[in-house]
Amino acid sequence: MSDSTVTANSVEVDTHHEHPSYQRHHFETVAQQFDATNFAMWLFLLTEVMFFGGLFTAYLILRNWYYPAFVEGSHQLSIFWGTANTTVLIISSFTMAMSVWCAQMRRKGGLLLFLTLTFVLGLVFLGIKGIEWHEKWVKYHVPGLHWSEATFLHPQTDTEVYAEYHDRPLAPDMASKTEQYFFLYFAMTGMHALHMVIGIGILGFMLFRARAGAYTEGHYTFVENFGLYWHFVDIIWIFLFPLLYLISRY
Amino acid sequence: MNQQHEQTDQEHHVVSPFLYLTILLCLLVATGLTVWASYIDLGEWHIASGVTLFWNPVIALAIACTKMILVVLFFMHIKYSTKLTKLTVISGVFTFLALISMTLADYMSRAWGRW
Amino acid sequence: MSAATIVTLPDQATARIPKMNFLSKENGLLSWLLTGDHKRIATLYLISITFFFFIGGALAGLIRLELLTPQSDLMAADTYNKVFSMHGLIMVFFFLVPSVPATIGNFVIPMMVGAKDLALPKINLLSWYLYIVAGGMMLWTMATGGVDTGWTFTTPLSTHYLNSNVISAGLAVFVAGFSSIFTGLNFIVTIHKMRCPGMTWFRLPLFVWSNYAASILMVLGTPVLAITLVLVVLERTVHIGVFDPSMGGDPLLFQHLFWFYSHPAVYIMILPGMGVISEVVSTFSRKRVFGYTAVAFSSVAIAVFGFFVWAHHMFIMGISNYAALVFSLLTMLVAVPSAIKIFNWAFTLYNGSITFETPMLYAFGFMGLFTIGGMTGVFLGATGTDIHLTETYFIVAHFHFVMVGGMLMAFLSGIHFWWPKWTGRMYPEKVSQLAALVTFIGFNFTFFPQFILGTLGMPRRYAAYPPEFQVLNVFSTAGATILGVGYLLPILYLTWSLKYGEIAGDNPWQATGLEWQTQSPPLTENFPEIPIMDHEAYDYEWLDRQQRKEVASV
Repeated sequence: MSDSTVTANSVEVDTHHEHPSYQRHHFETVAQQFDATNFAMWLFLLTEVMFFGGLFTAYLILRNWYYPAFVEGSHQLSIFWGTANTTVLIISSFTMAMSVWCAQMRRKGGLLLFLTLTFVLGLVFLGIKGIEWHEKWVKYHVPGLHWSEATFLHPQTDTEVYAEYHDRPLAPDMASKTEQYFFLYFAMTGMHALHMVIGIGILGFMLFRARAGAYTEGHYTFVENFGLYWHFVDIIWIFLFPLLYLISRY
Repeated sequence: MNQQHEQTDQEHHVVSPFLYLTILLCLLVATGLTVWASYIDLGEWHIASGVTLFWNPVIALAIACTKMILVVLFFMHIKYSTKLTKLTVISGVFTFLALISMTLADYMSRAWGRW
Repeated sequence: MSAATIVTLPDQATARIPKMNFLSKENGLLSWLLTGDHKRIATLYLISITFFFFIGGALAGLIRLELLTPQSDLMAADTYNKVFSMHGLIMVFFFLVPSVPATIGNFVIPMMVGAKDLALPKINLLSWYLYIVAGGMMLWTMATGGVDTGWTFTTPLSTHYLNSNVISAGLAVFVAGFSSIFTGLNFIVTIHKMRCPGMTWFRLPLFVWSNYAASILMVLGTPVLAITLVLVVLERTVHIGVFDPSMGGDPLLFQHLFWFYSHPAVYIMILPGMGVISEVVSTFSRKRVFGYTAVAFSSVAIAVFGFFVWAHHMFIMGISNYAALVFSLLTMLVAVPSAIKIFNWAFTLYNGSITFETPMLYAFGFMGLFTIGGMTGVFLGATGTDIHLTETYFIVAHFHFVMVGGMLMAFLSGIHFWWPKWTGRMYPEKVSQLAALVTFIGFNFTFFPQFILGTLGMPRRYAAYPPEFQVLNVFSTAGATILGVGYLLPILYLTWSLKYGEIAGDNPWQATGLEWQTQSPPLTENFPEIPIMDHEAYDYEWLDRQQRKEVASV
């Protein structure tokens, strides 16, 4: 659909050679440039879907095999922090969407405000994630590095979790499979956090450029495309949250 | 130069902040809902011998999918974008489902034994 | 070879290479290392993959030399394992996957669609740097002792039993994967968004279609390999079993994830080659490709079916019988679009004015060898025969017929075909025809005996074998020597032609593609002005009219 309009535009615009500074030389029009980079961003997100797709497949198989271990493993995660983090990330998605809106409306102040909010919320998310990871370290729940399955052989020793869920002791071979659960937990949240860190880095760069007014003069492609990335990272978390935290809470 | 600016601005649908806010509220409600639902035993459905469907994860994933669709449609502007972009999103979901379903097809039918 | 030829070169006494072209525009190392020009990046790629091809080729030579005698006497069994693993890894990830797309595709696709460059020049350059980083890691892996998992990283062998450099090899392939993702992504965006006015989808050359199909596979398949290798590396470092059964993992899960990429990967390798053949067959038969639409859609069909057949690599690994049946049937489906292509090329030849320039000879080689490779693939796709033939030399012969007999022939065909465009000079015709012939003969000598060895039951991946297999192995090694000469010749005479080749002019083949309607070597911006496509692809009548017009205006 857009293909035909782009080619039509390119004939039209080629007649008057006025290129805005942000138009790269090999594009015929700004519209073509926007379309191409936007489409490229979507394709990149496709690869990201498949990248996480492999992890989700591994999760699916192992969860079906070692369901009891996954249940008791997930009881170790804090619903409070998990929900808080989900909320933080969803709100940051909203502020990102608002940043795009401000860029479209050429409101520099608004753009700076919302980008800063997104930046801060991203940091808050990572902070909470850090608290959760630290707790896992303290409890010897970091597979391979700082690990003990004692909690799952003797659930009573973990009074806090036991009071809530009354987990029965797992058989030794099943208890050892909680390591698989935590491995996937760290692999998935770690990969997600890595994407967050990259995102926050780019946000910082964008804040810097936005202060100079880079995105509020009609050319907001970068903000729009970064927004897509940020929302994608949000979507991954939307799935990680129920899959890792909410396995069986009743 | 101005002409071109107008051109690009016209092409891209601007979603109103109120809609964004509505979506945000929906997402937050859905988050609450999924946490709440996880504390209730929704039971299970014995489809056939050896094949059981647990409702809890199904509901959790259904809510997650709904949230994803909201984010993709409105925050990521898919509702207003070209057919090509829509197709791109669909092809991603399709390939992911191909990976999952074809892999599961093997795992699930292993229990059927030999013929 | 024959008197009939379509080559028209300008008068050599007066002809000059155009002063302004993409090679001469800027000088110095930095102008190459920081370039955004797709033609320069393609050149960088060409040099890099040739380098890796000769490393992989040397390793292949070692393998064949070892197999000359039944005992493992040239090298120890462990060394042999490393040699064939490195051969596979280098040839698959550092030669075959980037071969046609990243070099020829990079060079001609923007010109074919009538664009100044790929949509994302910086990403294109990044892709080359990632390739180089990955290649460096792979060389480092090799220098520090190599890896002996086979190119498939089979778990738990790779994560539990071996002490070789699995981690660095895995990471090298991970990085190379991203290089290929970025190339594919760039192609898709370019083909969708950068076509010149009038260039509709069904006016695109078939080379573009087949690269488009391969790019889809790169973008959707490669990330799964990437995450799988990350998990392998993690499993090796922190010892948590995702794939290792002794630690509670599932080796079949690895196989599913690995082949989800690596089966489509064989289509990533072959599809662009098929595109080259379409161009070459059409040009040297002076005919439009028969059934253009069918050939175009067969590429896409191969790409789509390619995602649903991966478990045919796992028939003997203990997957369910029912899944094996389904995957076997789906595998047969892939034969249909492949056959469509072969038949349509054959019909293109029918009644054409065929000439036998080097690219065409390689293309003929492709058609014969790929057909054999494809047909034996049907044997392997059938669950029953697969159990007998898999893990024998039959499968080795099968995929070498497709990858070497198919893709490498197509690559060489394409390199010769676009060489005049790339460098502005012709390669020497006679000696290159000889090279094509030598390659074909050498190839058959090398790999045909392996079909027989496989059906006799010689297992693959062993340094030693029972003495009764020796005769055929000697044949194979002798053939490999001839094949080696066949591959050395082009690099010699192509290098020679850079300086001494005849000036080619814009369109020595009188081909119809847009890339031939500009000067050779092209300008940095490809065309003096953006072309307008006003005819169908492979429209030789349009070309005749065009040339008559030019003569009249001069």
